Amino acid sequence: MAAICRLARINGLASSICSWHRLTLNKSSQSRGIASCIDPSHGLTDEQKEFQKVAFDFAANEMSPHMAEWDQKEIFPVETMRKAAQLGFGGIYVQPDVGGSGLSRLDTSIIFEALSTGCVSTTAYMSIHNMCAWMIDTFGNNEQREKFCPDLCLMEKFASYCLTEPGSGSDAASLLTSAQQKGDHYILNGSKAFISGGGDTDLYVVMCRTGGKGPKGISCLVVEKGTPGLTFGKKEKKVGWNSQPTRAVIFEDCAVPVTNRLGEEGQGFSIAMKGLNGGRINIASCSLGAAHASVQLARDHLLVRKQFGETLSNNQFLQFKLAEMATKLVASRLLVREAATALQEDRSDAVPLCSMAKLFATDQCFHICNQALQMHGGYGYLKDYAVQQFVRDIRVHQILEGTNEVMRMIISRSLLTEA
Amino acid sequence: MSGRVLVGVKRVIDYAVKIRVKPDNSGVVTDGVKHSMNPFCEIAVEEAVKLKEKKLIKEVVAVSCGPQQSQETIRTALAMGADRGIHVEVSGKDYEALGPLQVSKILAALAKKEEAQLVILGKQAIDDDCNQTGQMTAALLDWPQGTFASEVSLEGDKVKVVREIDGGLETIKINTPAVLTADLRLNTPRYATLPNIMKAKKKKVVNMKPADLGVDVATRLEVLRVDEPPQRQAGVKVETVEDLVGKLKETGRI
Repeated sequence: MAAICRLARINGLASSICSWHRLTLNKSSQSRGIASCIDPSHGLTDEQKEFQKVAFDFAANEMSPHMAEWDQKEIFPVETMRKAAQLGFGGIYVQPDVGGSGLSRLDTSIIFEALSTGCVSTTAYMSIHNMCAWMIDTFGNNEQREKFCPDLCLMEKFASYCLTEPGSGSDAASLLTSAQQKGDHYILNGSKAFISGGGDTDLYVVMCRTGGKGPKGISCLVVEKGTPGLTFGKKEKKVGWNSQPTRAVIFEDCAVPVTNRLGEEGQGFSIAMKGLNGGRINIASCSLGAAHASVQLARDHLLVRKQFGETLSNNQFLQFKLAEMATKLVASRLLVREAATALQEDRSDAVPLCSMAKLFATDQCFHICNQALQMHGGYGYLKDYAVQQFVRDIRVHQILEGTNEVMRMIISRSLLTEA
Repeated sequence: MSGRVLVGVKRVIDYAVKIRVKPDNSGVVTDGVKHSMNPFCEIAVEEAVKLKEKKLIKEVVAVSCGPQQSQETIRTALAMGADRGIHVEVSGKDYEALGPLQVSKILAALAKKEEAQLVILGKQAIDDDCNQTGQMTAALLDWPQGTFASEVSLEGDKVKVVREIDGGLETIKINTPAVLTADLRLNTPRYATLPNIMKAKKKKVVNMKPADLGVDVATRLEVLRVDEPPQRQAGVKVETVEDLVGKLKETGRI
């Protein structure tokens, strides 16, 4: 895996590795194998360690060198994502008979956590794409699975998940986009907001109202780009997640074949929520990757930066701060992996556990990345240093796929409705 | 020709790890340190798999000599496309003392046993930088060797190898069976794909001891001491060219 860039360094090794690290702090963040108490490969099977290794290598070689450019120039890295799909990252938990890799939720979490160290924004989009592919794989009939999944697994086509509207975010079940059946088509009217990939992707998994009010009136339709009546709003300017475009998705008398409906009428909300359970683990995993990378960056910086006659690593406050960051990281990771296992096994606590994992990990990891930035001092605020991008990119994880407030709703409901 | 290629893969400390010398100066810290496949071995595996994909050879067998953990390295080779693995188990003190001479004896024995058409190795390992195993293996087998290969092409029962040498590039044609060692620019190793990693689980890895091959791994070398490289000294700034020449003469450089 691109031994070339690594070996070129070893082959041409004359001056100390230290100065190289200092000059290229952005790229050196992929130092692996140090700080073994936070090593994400602990407790994994040999096979999972192999998956993780491929993902880490891919992140270090194909994503990390471009992370800043993709952010600053707002590039949607189609070719890189397709390379990832060649390795099986396009439909990680989609079944193999339609081109997926057929892995577990835990395998998926491990993979996204590793990829995220290379670029959070791109990995997060890939996780959304994976979620859509899974929804079609799981709730679609055989025609739909065979029509859509193979292209999605190879990322020949990209997907977007459309639930949120200008008037319904947390209150998702109150969505208004209507789908009136006329013959063998549904006519869609309405708009979706904040759609990741919107305008650049090919397939839109849209939750819309075919029946009465509330969740039972919602169905799930797959809308293909180019369908007349499907248009997009302007590309939003965001604080982070800049390697994926975000746009409003607008339906004006957009006719979608009834054969594109996933599952039954009225099943759409349930499909959407089931997709989100996995999506929440994935987003939490992306936060874990960012936090892991940030802890390593902070650690490297503390060992190098000197003030008051010694390296910052001799300062007890910073030592303690780093210890707290590491502890929060490992605690978050354990919760996310447990939730992934629970979801895989369809345990009764899976839904609240996924919400707990998303709530805890995204909050803790943001604090970790933020602290890592603080430890860098003024340098942490410069875009030459990767840590600020991790902070900006994972800030939104506390908001989307269900705000952390909604996560609390789900958890408290689970506690208070038990007999 | 058997169409079988033997590829040697070594488990070494990961290239990105900061190496630390043990406090007793007897060696380098390896406990709890991340290990992975030697980068030149990855290139060797990639070349073998490429030959198989071109249908020029039939089977790629990955071999590793070392403790239990060497099996992880073999699994990586299997995930890249090798067909089966052989783990020659060497552990404890024997493993600490394992060097090119013993490994080449093992590889030579296996090459004969497996009736290999080619043995492909990395040119050197990044932990000891010996650059000896390939050459020794060829000598023990009395086979031709194409070392520092940056290009390999099979032509009938011969192999054309472009070698990277100090003066540039040298092209040689050698008979098979032969030993090749991979240099940096031979190819870019592929990422293992998720499906291949899963398929690798089902591929066979056979376990054996050096004694099973009639090889004695006793070492003829004793490591006396391992030290860190000397700290980089501060430089000296000079004002004029004359000063520079003077300083160079002073330190005996010219």
